[in-house]
This record gives sequence, C-alpha cells and structure tokens, in this order.
Amino acid sequence: MPDQPAPIVEFCDVNLRYGKTWALHDVSFTLRPGETRIILGESGSGKTTLLKAVIGLVCPDEGVIKLFGKEVTAMKEEALFPLRSRAGIVLQEGGLFDSLSIGENVEYPLLNQQANEHKSKELSKSGSFDERVRETLRFVELEHTFDKFPSELSGGMRRRVGIARAIVTEPPLVLYDSPTAGLDPITANTIMALIAKERDTRNTAALIVTHRYQDGEMMANFRYDAQNEELVPVSEGEQDDPKRMRTKFMVMKEGEIVFFGTREELEHSGDDYIKRFVRHEA
Amino acid sequence: MLRFLTSSLASFQEFLTLAGQAFLNTTRRPHYGDDIFLQMDIIGIGSIPITCLTGFFSGGIIALQMSRALSTYGAGSQVGAIVAITLVRELGPVLTALLVAGRNASGIASELGSMKVTEQIDAMRALGTDPTQKLVTPRLVATAIMLPCLTVLADAIGWFGAYLVAVPLLHVISGPTYWSTSWRALVLNDLAQGLIKPFLFGIIIALVGCFYGLRTKGGTQGVGHATTQAVVAASIWIFFVTFLIDKIFVNL
Repeated sequence: MPDQPAPIVEFCDVNLRYGKTWALHDVSFTLRPGETRIILGESGSGKTTLLKAVIGLVCPDEGVIKLFGKEVTAMKEEALFPLRSRAGIVLQEGGLFDSLSIGENVEYPLLNQQANEHKSKELSKSGSFDERVRETLRFVELEHTFDKFPSELSGGMRRRVGIARAIVTEPPLVLYDSPTAGLDPITANTIMALIAKERDTRNTAALIVTHRYQDGEMMANFRYDAQNEELVPVSEGEQDDPKRMRTKFMVMKEGEIVFFGTREELEHSGDDYIKRFVRHEA
Repeated sequence: MLRFLTSSLASFQEFLTLAGQAFLNTTRRPHYGDDIFLQMDIIGIGSIPITCLTGFFSGGIIALQMSRALSTYGAGSQVGAIVAITLVRELGPVLTALLVAGRNASGIASELGSMKVTEQIDAMRALGTDPTQKLVTPRLVATAIMLPCLTVLADAIGWFGAYLVAVPLLHVISGPTYWSTSWRALVLNDLAQGLIKPFLFGIIIALVGCFYGLRTKGGTQGVGHATTQAVVAASIWIFFVTFLIDKIFVNL
C-alpha cells in the first residue's frame, strides 16, 4: 500500500452525551487531504455535533480528536482559535456578519488569520486582500455584490458568500453544515457545483453534512472541467479513478456511524435506516 | 429564594469571568487596534453633544440654586467654589456616566445581543476569533479611555454654564472672582476623584453592556430585555461605586 498523507482530521473512539442522549457514540474515522466525506442522517443524529467537534466548538466526554495533527481535545480555547482559522467553515444559515459588507465579510478570515499569526498589516494595506476577495467572489460568481450587505442578498446568494468566506484563505479543509438546506433544487445544485469546483481546483478535503442524497451523489459522480468551466459527469473510464474514490459516505444514527463506504455500497445497503436516505431522496 | 440567590451568584461569577478575560486580553495578542479606535469614535466622539448639553445645564442649574441660597447668607462669592467642587467630584462624573450608560451600555448590549441571537458570535468562534478579544476588550479599553475625557469636557462646559448664570445673568459675583475662587477651591483629592470615578464607570458600562449582550436569549424580545437590563444594572453599579469611592476619599 503506498504511503498515505497524514490525516487532516482524526476521530478516535469519540463519545459525547447530552443527558441520556448520545450525540456522538464511538465515532472513529480519518480524513486525509483531498478526501470528501458526505455525512447523512436524520435530524438529531449528531451530524452537526460531529462537525463542531472537529474544530473544538464542542468538547467530547471521551476519545481523541486531532485536527492538522494537533489534539483538539487537549487544547485550551485560546489555543484553538489559530487552529480553527486554518479550516474553512460554511454555516447552515451562512453566518454572515450583517453589519459588514459582502467584501468585508469575505475579507474577514484573511484579516483574522493575519491577526492570529501576528503578522503585520502590510498585505491588507497594499490592497492585496482586496484583489483576493474579489477573485474569491468571482469564483462563486458574486463579484458584483462586493459593496452590498448580506440583507440585500437572497438565501442562495448568502450561502455562496458563505462558501467564498470559507475558501478565501485556501484552507486544506472545509466543513459544510447543510449547505443546501432550505434552498430550491436549482440553487442547491449551484451550491454543490461550487463545492465540487473547489474540491477539484484546490484539492481541498471536505466534510459535508447534508440531508440531500443528491448532494453526495453529485460530489461522487461529477467533476469540474476547468477547461470548459463546467461540471461534467465522471465518464466510464474514470470510474475507478482513485480521485473519484475519495468521496465516501457516512450515515449517522443516534450519534453512531452506522455506515461508511462508497456511493455504490450505500445504494446496495440492505439496512432499512440507511436505505431510507437513498430511497427518500432518489 | 435560594434559587434566586444561586442564580444571582452564578451570574456574578459569569460577569467576573468575562471581566477577567477582557482584562487579561489587553496583555494578549492579537490586539484589535482598529476596533478600539472605532469604539472610541462611537462611544467618545458620538457622546460629545449630549455630554456638552448636560454639563452646561447642570452647571447652570447648580449656579442658579446655589446663588440664591448662598446670597441669603451673604456668601454669594462662594458660588464658583461650590460649582467647581460639586461638578468635579460628583455631578460631572456621575451624570456623564449615566448618560453614556443610557447611550452606550444599551448600544453595546443590543449590538452584541443581536449578534448572539443571529449566531454571529458562534460564527466568529468557528472562524477562529475569540469573541471576548474581538468584541469585549476593544469596548472596555475605549470606554475606559473616553469616559474620563468626556467627564473633563462636561466639567469644563458646566463650569462655563455656571459662570454665565452667576456672573452675567444674576450678578452675584464678578467674573475674575468666580474663576479664581472656583479654581482655588479644588484640591488634588477632588481631581483624583474626578478622574478615578469616570475611569471605573467606563469599565462598568462596557463590561455590563457586553455581559448582558453576550448572554442574550430568546430572539428580538431577548435583545430588548438585555438592553434594558444593561442600562439598569450599569446605572445601579455607577451609584454603588460612586458611594464606595466617596467613602474612601472622605476618610483620606
């Protein structure tokens, strides 16, 4: 077996309980550079908790969580801030700062990272951030909203700004918390196309929490064609491409990972709970 | 009763923890200098008009009341001294602080409260920013710096307002006597009180505003509740602390 790169995220026997309810139960998995995990499960099954635990927003009762090789579970809150700023996160409702313009919202992680690394302000003063912010907004096709405020945008546009904010620092890991929740199918597909584009252009690792099976299917079956600047289906010849095999599905139930595997394995699962997600959305 | 006491103590403990973190952050990186200047502008520069107005009228009112009372005893020449001591020691710091509490403790609580209920504080943490460092410490530093400055301004304008009432309006004292008696009436103890009080009030206003803002629950109604609580609590604390300081300085 060839040498694998070091994991970006590592969960080892993680347990977390809220009262008598398991939020995370014996959760163990790894995520390496360039890999994508689609996390499915019913509401309250622990998907968002898992995402929050990755960056130390919730602390497990037992087990070890490592992010970028550092043990999150053993770190103090102050020490976690610089680590968190190395990962991108897209929150369910976008989580944009309503008193900042779209440009300022997208610039925020850059300034934050700079502040956390105690660098000088030379870069922002020279205007380099401005160009980078515009470039990232162009990536999500929202450059024209630079001076607007979040309240002036539609839900789908806010979600795209959220993606721009998450990827502006070009993080090796992006966490997506229900990026398509509450959106119409066309907008949802646009969002997923952007996520696939980000994955294929920058080889970013991603954890995607979603209720929609189509989201995962799209990540597994489509790739971004940089030449034609569009998302194209993976051809027959590419079916066994290791790159494509890096998208795997995780199904959660009562805090436990009850399924881990490829799209094909998911679709052929005999488990009633797991089948519900595939059938329901198909 | 026991539950009320327990929850009050727990809230006070939370307040002390927030205060401790905010103070500790002044020595820790990253420092948000731009945010401090922005808050100094909002809290300090933005409060100048109401501070001037309040200072002017409070000085004028003291002079108006004192001129009449002191003239009865043939002590009209002491108006300047009374105005100076009252303004510098008590009314300047307390009135300015109450105004700034009404204007800024509420502003801070509603701003942070809105951020809390719309999960922007959580987003900030997720993006790798310490909300206390980014939101509380700049407001603490800005208010602690600006409130003494505003108080000095209110004192000066009040002094001038009292002059207008006592000298050109009521003619109880001559201009040069007013300025010289009032200036000579002040001792180091008065000036120290006049500066220490607004510094402490500034800390109270910022921390109370931030504390109630950050613990906001229950949507927009919660924001309104937090705002009211912040103003009431800051005002009570201002009176309590001024009483304590007076007690200490009277015994000096």
